[in-house]
Amino acid sequence: MSREGEKKIRAILVDDEDLARQILREYLAAHTDIEIVAECANGFDAVKAASEMKPDLLFLDIQMPKLDGFEVLELLGGGMAVVFVTAYDSYAIRAFEVHAVDYLLKPFSADRFGAALARVKERLAGKISTPAMPPAELAAAARPPAQYLDRVVVRDGTRVTIIPVAKLDYAEAQDDYVALAVEGKQHLKQQTIASLENALDPAHFLRVHRSYIVNLDRVTRIEPYAKDSHVAVLQGGAKIPVSRAGYSRLRAFLDR
Amino acid sequence: MHPILSKYRRLGYYLLAWTPFAALFALLLRVPGTISWREAIFISVPLTILYSFVCLSPWYMCRARPLDKSSPSRLISEHLLGALVASGLWLLAIDFGTFKFAQTPYFPGLHQRIVPDYPLVFVCGVLLYLFWVAFYYVFIAIEASKDAEARVLQAGILAREAELKALKAQVNPHFLFNSLNSISALTGSDPPRAREMCILLGEFLRRTLGLGEKSAIPLEEELSLIHSFLAVEKVRFGARVQMTETVDAAALDVLLPPLLLQPLIENAVVHGIANLVAGGTIRLSVLPRDGSLAILVENTFDPEAPPRRKSGVGLANVRQRLLTRYGNRASFQAGPSGELFRVAISIPAEREAVAP
Repeated sequence: MSREGEKKIRAILVDDEDLARQILREYLAAHTDIEIVAECANGFDAVKAASEMKPDLLFLDIQMPKLDGFEVLELLGGGMAVVFVTAYDSYAIRAFEVHAVDYLLKPFSADRFGAALARVKERLAGKISTPAMPPAELAAAARPPAQYLDRVVVRDGTRVTIIPVAKLDYAEAQDDYVALAVEGKQHLKQQTIASLENALDPAHFLRVHRSYIVNLDRVTRIEPYAKDSHVAVLQGGAKIPVSRAGYSRLRAFLDR
Repeated sequence: MHPILSKYRRLGYYLLAWTPFAALFALLLRVPGTISWREAIFISVPLTILYSFVCLSPWYMCRARPLDKSSPSRLISEHLLGALVASGLWLLAIDFGTFKFAQTPYFPGLHQRIVPDYPLVFVCGVLLYLFWVAFYYVFIAIEASKDAEARVLQAGILAREAELKALKAQVNPHFLFNSLNSISALTGSDPPRAREMCILLGEFLRRTLGLGEKSAIPLEEELSLIHSFLAVEKVRFGARVQMTETVDAAALDVLLPPLLLQPLIENAVVHGIANLVAGGTIRLSVLPRDGSLAILVENTFDPEAPPRRKSGVGLANVRQRLLTRYGNRASFQAGPSGELFRVAISIPAEREAVAP
């Protein structure tokens, strides 16, 4: 290996079962060019460890306490090679949509594991181009198909916040981010407002303005603001600009 | 087979049904006054019996021409033709019979005296024939509706059996894959434990597969199935999975559908304990309560756990099985209750009948 002796591939193992991490460790022992820098037993720890250590490679289980594998990846925003390791074959398509390098089904052989590592090395050496995935697209791809979000995960440094969508008052576009207003606080998430709009249940959330989505359950009244524009007044008093198109959509919804 | 000829009893009723016709026929012959009562009865009885057998024949035509699949004009013309032919033949038989009677010394001149009644007799023959055509159609309709009812019933039974079969076959493949992965890990680090895990898993599978065939098992057997399931899960999750059990000894021989409680425990692990970083405890209690069995499964869970797909299938399955087996004699409640997820079941306490 050309990398041997130069710089080792730094890997993090993420799985809530001891034995599942143990088999990864055992298989990795044969690959001296890979160094395990951390092991995590849940999604929070994984986000924390990975954002602090910036590993090259992540072995990621999908069903875990706190955050599932896709949420972990969404919060980290890519930038590392990811190999999913799971007993469930039903996530494979989603895994490749978020550009996972490989998808190992438990139980797997040392040979199969070796093949996954070979692909990882190719990816890291740049032989296979890693499509740079905008975080917004990544978030959309990580979302379960054909179902709306029931929570939004947000990372601030190494701190992770889970926001159930019912607690979301409104969302505001701010450049490459959306600001999520929850119980008087704002959480920034790297995502476009359009992709967030697509992920939210239209029965409860409405895009009332180019830059705003409101939680319809929070709207107390609509007031005229200027010529051709209105504001929606939410519980708690926040006033959200409503565009002309947004107003007719809002009216259509409220009249129903 | 002809429905009337297929059973002696039916043939008896059939002939009995003809006696009013025989009496009516005799009356008709008597009314003009040219024929005595004695002669009328002597003619009507044998000839009515004869015609009753002739009137068995429209059954075959009725069966060949179902009402709903034949054109009405064709039906009418065919049966009318049948009636004319039958009545005509009958008239010939009457003619021949009375001619022969008239040659005996007992009925002098009978043949000449009956000839004027022929048109009346012919019309009666036609009407009788048509009456039986109608009768056969009614009979066929009744049989068809009975058949349809039986088929619906049968289809219902088959559907329910298929459903039960599907509900029973429920060893979770992911449980298997994860367990095999644990074995794979242990093989390198701790071969004796790997072997132990193989044995535990084998035991659980053997019990599960064996139970699928039975319709009811004692609670004791279900509990030991749960123990072997948890033994496997403890290898995977280590100290994260704990269970406390409160089971009244008097309940151990109560019969319940196999694999009723094990899926609840599995749910508690998969949807409850597995989502908790530090793990948690499952509490199982089974207590007899005047004629029924109160079963309670509680587990700690994380209300903010990542959403899992297929959640609730196990519970819906258990609820459906209870409904199918016990109807409204069983109750099922499931849902979060404070910090715990709680499933409460009540089923009738049925026991194996003790042989005298």
